[in-house]
Amino acid sequence: MSDLSGMIVRAPDRMLVQGITGRQGSFWAERMQEYGAKVVGGVNPKRAGEEFLGLPVFESAVAAAKETEIDVAVMFIPPMAAKAAALDAIEAGVRLLVVLTEHIPTQDVMYFMAAAKDSNTRIMGPNTAGLVTPGETFVGIMPAWEEGICRPGRVGVVSRSGSLGTLACLNLVQAGLGQSTVLGLGGDPILGTTTIEALQALEEDPGTDAVVLVGEIGGTAEEDASEFIATMSKPVVAFIAGGASPAGRKMGHAGAIVMGNKGTYQSKRSALEKAGAVVLDMPSQMGEAMRAAMAS
Amino acid sequence: MDFEEHAAKPLLAAAGIAIPRGQTATTPEQAAKAAGSLGPVVVKAQVPTGKRGKAGGIKPAVDPAEAQEAARDILGMTIGEHTVERVLVEEQADISRELYAAVLNDTASKGPLVLFSTLGGMDIEEAAAHDADAVRRLIVDIRQGFDSAGATAVLEGLDLGDVQDAVADVLVRLYDVWRSRDAELVEINPLAITADGGVVALDCKFTLDDLSKARQEDITGAGVPDKLTDLEARGRELGLTYIELDGEIGILANGAGLTMTTMDAVRHYGGNPANFLEIGGQSYTLATPALDLVLSNPKVKTLVVNFCGAFARTDVMTEGVVSAWEELKPDIPVFFSIHGTGSKEAVPIVRERLKMEPFPTMDEAVQAAIEAAK
Repeated sequence: MSDLSGMIVRAPDRMLVQGITGRQGSFWAERMQEYGAKVVGGVNPKRAGEEFLGLPVFESAVAAAKETEIDVAVMFIPPMAAKAAALDAIEAGVRLLVVLTEHIPTQDVMYFMAAAKDSNTRIMGPNTAGLVTPGETFVGIMPAWEEGICRPGRVGVVSRSGSLGTLACLNLVQAGLGQSTVLGLGGDPILGTTTIEALQALEEDPGTDAVVLVGEIGGTAEEDASEFIATMSKPVVAFIAGGASPAGRKMGHAGAIVMGNKGTYQSKRSALEKAGAVVLDMPSQMGEAMRAAMAS
Repeated sequence: MDFEEHAAKPLLAAAGIAIPRGQTATTPEQAAKAAGSLGPVVVKAQVPTGKRGKAGGIKPAVDPAEAQEAARDILGMTIGEHTVERVLVEEQADISRELYAAVLNDTASKGPLVLFSTLGGMDIEEAAAHDADAVRRLIVDIRQGFDSAGATAVLEGLDLGDVQDAVADVLVRLYDVWRSRDAELVEINPLAITADGGVVALDCKFTLDDLSKARQEDITGAGVPDKLTDLEARGRELGLTYIELDGEIGILANGAGLTMTTMDAVRHYGGNPANFLEIGGQSYTLATPALDLVLSNPKVKTLVVNFCGAFARTDVMTEGVVSAWEELKPDIPVFFSIHGTGSKEAVPIVRERLKMEPFPTMDEAVQAAIEAAK
């Protein structure tokens, strides 16, 4: 497994887009290029050898890695083909694999997670919206270029949800704050990078002074992270989505489900509060709470 | 997707694990007839929940008359939130010992976990509380699989005598069921050792990974369908996750996290959400049928449309919602909040075609919707 700092994308990172010729793959690859991300190529076995968006298209990530250096691969790949694409990227030796795909069969996820464990590849997702380091680069499906949402700053953002992570960024910018980096973890129950690992990376990151943690009901990621939060030198401001959601129903994300007394809003909120995090009722309180936390 | 016992056991049998002979019955007469060909039987309520025995849903019967009476008692009873509509009539086993075996998805290790205990018949959490050493756990590397060497390791030091190898064989086959059938959980409790030295699965719990349904189509028909309201069923047909709730504020938002948060905001400011409905992810182009769905709930008095675009482009979603609004001409007030990808294009669509101004924040849109619903 790669070291924790590897999950933060940086300006020099060379990126490969798996599924670049698809509708979403091409739309977002162009946004990444416009933002300044160093996209070095794409993958589509049917169009290998062609040029697309001014980039070479390769048969596989492994084939691409023979021709060019790759740090980060991002998957615009449908669920049933995701396992093969992930294994390809891991074999290619990328530092970071960003799995945007939602609804991948669980055993397929387990399979490529096991493969990643024996490699130097760190996985973000599945079902993540990607990663943004404002002013440097971005990968995935986040509106990095929207100045009202992503702006360079010193707050690290960790979010399981893309839409809610975007809202958190918006609230920070409205309060005059910016982000050191935005880490999308994904909405699935089994994730390559967990909340605690993201918090560890931000605690070590010299560009980050404080952390916004956006969690949601289901699983125990926030509870598991709370012991570490208690030891952090940087303030943590958190919001947990799903307090008004009924138990026993999957709230859109496969991971967002309260089973019995596990994964409840209350359990997460009290674990975080006990660890010293500020837990907000509403994301709109984020700016003010963060300013206060950073001043103290 | 959960499978009732009668639907789960054939998956074990197909993998070579012994199960008792049995038949399902939906009337006492059918139960009597089944017992006639099986001898002494157990009549078991078929509901997708545990604790059937404690609820009185499992009864032994020595002959068809007793089986008929047992079925009459059990059919129609309520266990948990389920009404019993079917019983399984199964030959009695001569049990000398009860064991526990399961394979399940373990989020902590991100892979399969094999569980085994000699304290069969109990709930496994109770068994672990009773004697932590009695529950064996083995984390499996899904790439390597689980073979007889693994099974032998799980059973090492347990005093299973002559049936040790047969139990190990069942564990390997159980793993095969989990793997080949994309289970989230497959559990045998109890796994019985019979007086004649056989190893038989007396009960089985099977949960199919919902994300793998597309490649398990031959068995999905045997599972218990989700309980959905008419509107929820309509949502599913459209490919939308729609959950009907009791409140009066309709919600249309993108992304699971933002949609949950919009519900939280409605609750926070003193209202009640009427639904969960996310049109983000791959379904963001479905704004028109989504709006129609939300408005089909007669409890909805006002609507909040809350977009914060990442992957889902707010201009595409807004165009869809506004077009649907023009087409459906609903007579309830709507309150917009729009940010993120495509918002520069989206805001003028609302302004020009609906002659209204999106609110600068989700909070303000939600508060206005609650006020208008009073």
